[in-house]
Amino acid sequence: MRSRAALGLKIAAIGGLLFLHLPILLIFIYAFTTEDKSYQWPPPGLTLKWFAVTWNRPDVWAALGLSLRVAAISTAIAMLLGTLCAAAVARSRFFGREAVSLLVILPIALPGIITGISLRSAFSVADIPFSFWTIVLGHATFCIVVVYNNAVARFRRTSGSLIEASMDLGATHFQTLRFVIMPNMATALLAGGMLAFALSFDEVIVTTFTAGQQQTLPIWMLEELVRPRQRPVTNVVAMVVVLVTFLPILGAYHLSRGTETVAGQGK
Amino acid sequence: MADVAARARNSARAAALSRVSDALWRRPSLLLLALVVPPLLWLGIVYLGSLFALLAHSFFSIDEFSGLVKYELTLKTYAELFRASNFDILVRTILMASAVTVAAAVVAFPIAYFAARHARGRWKAAFYLGVMLPLWSSYLVRVYSWKLILAKEGILNWVFETLRLTWLLEAYLSVPGIGGNSLSVSWTGTFLVFLYIWLPFMILPVQAALERVPPSMLEASGDLGARPGQTVRNVVLPLALPGIAAGSIFTFSLTMGDYIIPQIVGTSARMIGQAVYQFQGTAGNIPLAAAFAVVPVVVMGFYLTLARRTGAFDAL
Repeated sequence: MRSRAALGLKIAAIGGLLFLHLPILLIFIYAFTTEDKSYQWPPPGLTLKWFAVTWNRPDVWAALGLSLRVAAISTAIAMLLGTLCAAAVARSRFFGREAVSLLVILPIALPGIITGISLRSAFSVADIPFSFWTIVLGHATFCIVVVYNNAVARFRRTSGSLIEASMDLGATHFQTLRFVIMPNMATALLAGGMLAFALSFDEVIVTTFTAGQQQTLPIWMLEELVRPRQRPVTNVVAMVVVLVTFLPILGAYHLSRGTETVAGQGK
Repeated sequence: MADVAARARNSARAAALSRVSDALWRRPSLLLLALVVPPLLWLGIVYLGSLFALLAHSFFSIDEFSGLVKYELTLKTYAELFRASNFDILVRTILMASAVTVAAAVVAFPIAYFAARHARGRWKAAFYLGVMLPLWSSYLVRVYSWKLILAKEGILNWVFETLRLTWLLEAYLSVPGIGGNSLSVSWTGTFLVFLYIWLPFMILPVQAALERVPPSMLEASGDLGARPGQTVRNVVLPLALPGIAAGSIFTFSLTMGDYIIPQIVGTSARMIGQAVYQFQGTAGNIPLAAAFAVVPVVVMGFYLTLARRTGAFDAL
């Protein structure tokens, strides 16, 4: 039963996977096309010229720099808050525990535009001008859930008796944290952090509401998508973005492999 | 000397730390508080505070003459939602979200079934990564790839042309409602991109649900004389339903709130997300934007209550 899949099923499954991946491959081909006025297929010729052109574009570098800085700081905040929350929810039962886990998931369960416009109206009510930090505020909020999911899964599988044993043997809370909990949690946290980074690096919907005039890389891309001005540069940037986000995803996969965690469950 | 002083400092610090630790041990609620308060403060202030600001705005209205927000409680803005042009937006969005959800379930099921029941070892990892990579890789780039595919001079038209099937495509595009001048400005185009972007969100929970179905149950069904089709219909599908419901939460909610995909691929008729974006941006009508944004929240509220009944939350 298990080994013999019906032919139709096999075709449907593989067709589905191709549907998911061929478009991304197409981007890679377009990055090399010589055509710069339209999306002509098949490409009339192949060239490496656009990589050099993109390399010399200060606006692309500025957007990339902003995106990386926002992602780094949001990830750091999310890792701290997500881990704390996961520790509380996984290790004890208290009044409102369900509410806390719902609250963490909410920013990602509701459509991004809700989070975006909520933050926007809060900023306008509180008279907060748009800045680097308003972007971080939004990103950290929806990144918490990613770290939380990874951490809570690991906490559940870390046996509580380990911690009790450590305390019984005379370790303080801090020593237990340092020598027992941290080594157990490290890979889960790192995986969560990587996914949070990828999520923040890529986020555009919330960012359009919280960025003001600043351009993160996704916002730069969005403007190119709405009003294409420099197709070849966009093609190259798109390809680089795919490659850059693949790295943390593959990293997170390797870190959480064999631990039964589905990394990034319920993004 | 310096050594002794440093050691004294260290031991003083250690003593202070262990005092803190003892206090935490004696009163576990203190530890819990220390863990839970920082994230709650952040989410409570930043997120719930913002949601509340949004909700509040939807009860204000805009002054027709000055164009400024009048801070007086009123239901006028909600009444505007039911004006024909605005109501169309709501209906259109919910229809699209439903269509995408149904299609995603149909396309996802064989992938999830194959990955859960037939793929082993290397293949299993390949399927897993094959779903995870698109899920996490850049949303915008993936939308962009469809702009390339659906463009008039793009690969899809080229395929139809090479197969001498352009007439078929044109016949399809002339169907009112789903067609249009070209695929990239038709509802079919928008639908395809939505399906493509949110598909992984459906595959993962369905796969997780199918993995929990014990193989012995399928064997029992076969032993009792069910044909494979019957087993799928009467045993596998009901057991996969919580997974499908869980996935549909994502596909439905994400489609309903998206404003970028219909802006880039599709007709000029708007969906909820675009309406929210335009009313808060160029039109400066934050109350109406807020009222529009409340609709998906309410719809999702109903949806989540229904989904909870099917056990979707245990399948997440």
